[in-house]
Amino acid sequence: MTGASSWSFREADSHRIHGILRGFLGETNARTALIVDRTGQLVATVGEAPAFDPTVFASLTAADFSANDQLARMLGEAEFGTLFHQGERESMYLADVARRVILVVLFDNRTTLGLVKLRVKPAVAQLTQVFTEMFERDGADAPGVESAFLGEAEDEIDKLFGP
Amino acid sequence: MSMINYASREINCKLVYYGPGLGGKTTNLEFVYHKVAPGSRGKMISLATETERTLFFDFLPVDLGNIRGFKVKFHLYTVPGQVYYNASRKLILKGVDGVVFVADSQIERMDANIEAMQNLYENMAQHGYDLTRIPFAVQYNKRDLPNAAPIAELQAAVNPGWAVEEPARQRPMADPYHENQYLVWQQDGHWMERAPYFEAVAVTGEGVFDTLKAISKSVVKTLG
Repeated sequence: MTGASSWSFREADSHRIHGILRGFLGETNARTALIVDRTGQLVATVGEAPAFDPTVFASLTAADFSANDQLARMLGEAEFGTLFHQGERESMYLADVARRVILVVLFDNRTTLGLVKLRVKPAVAQLTQVFTEMFERDGADAPGVESAFLGEAEDEIDKLFGP
Repeated sequence: MSMINYASREINCKLVYYGPGLGGKTTNLEFVYHKVAPGSRGKMISLATETERTLFFDFLPVDLGNIRGFKVKFHLYTVPGQVYYNASRKLILKGVDGVVFVADSQIERMDANIEAMQNLYENMAQHGYDLTRIPFAVQYNKRDLPNAAPIAELQAAVNPGWAVEEPARQRPMADPYHENQYLVWQQDGHWMERAPYFEAVAVTGEGVFDTLKAISKSVVKTLG
């Protein structure tokens, strides 16, 4: 293996994932569900649009989860599959999906931790199936970008980081 | 691992600035943050100690704009340089698309540079990545200091090159950034390759964008 393998996220994947997350939010009354990959990139957001910068949020979430993963290993655990951060009004619940992405649930006092925990399990099971299929598929028939893309990207890099 | 999101039409690329402590990694990002148009960059996040030493990482998202229907973003990260923060350093490399090694040109920091470079190779290997096969650049920072070592000495110590095994790649490749120098060359009958290098004074911004331009172009090429 030379570098980390690229993976792509398609329209059909998006529909399936959004469907699962919408169902989960409906059952729990949680505000927002986000999918973040382990490298810190935001994959999907469903529910109320968050007021914060989602790109920064995703990078911090991945770092948080990775740091806790290492703490788990120091304790002799394979992983902490879920994490919970409690605030006075807002809380977040994080769950591993297929060892590659993280489901982040944002919720307030309109629901309870117990309900979120109860409903997260089947949602994670469904998401695991979708993501496992995605990762198995990729590499084989990833569409890639069109050739004109590279030239234009180089021009934009020169403009942005000019002179 | 650049992720192409066909649903939101986004491509995100992860660039990591690596190197010894106090070498200027955070300064590189701060310069980029202040010089790039505010509309093209997000908030810069620094997880630092009270004395402004990087504890976990700095993060700066930069937006390249819309290219052929895709929003292309570069996520710039630094790692903590201090030796004892290796666990954090390793985590940040996960999913990296391109690496900039920021070396400290001061002669007294030669050993720290070499140690950090070895550590980079080790941490990449532990993730299963091969540094010789992904976009990689070396920046010699602090060129303005009187105790800066000559470039030839730094190159020999920090960026001596690696053997090129693939016959298809065994042909001379000129260094596009330096006249009469080569990135792939033959030495004592062996083909060698080394990372492109850049001279910089990150506090004034000299060389910062040259480095960033080179690494981001190399990363974009890997998407094709």
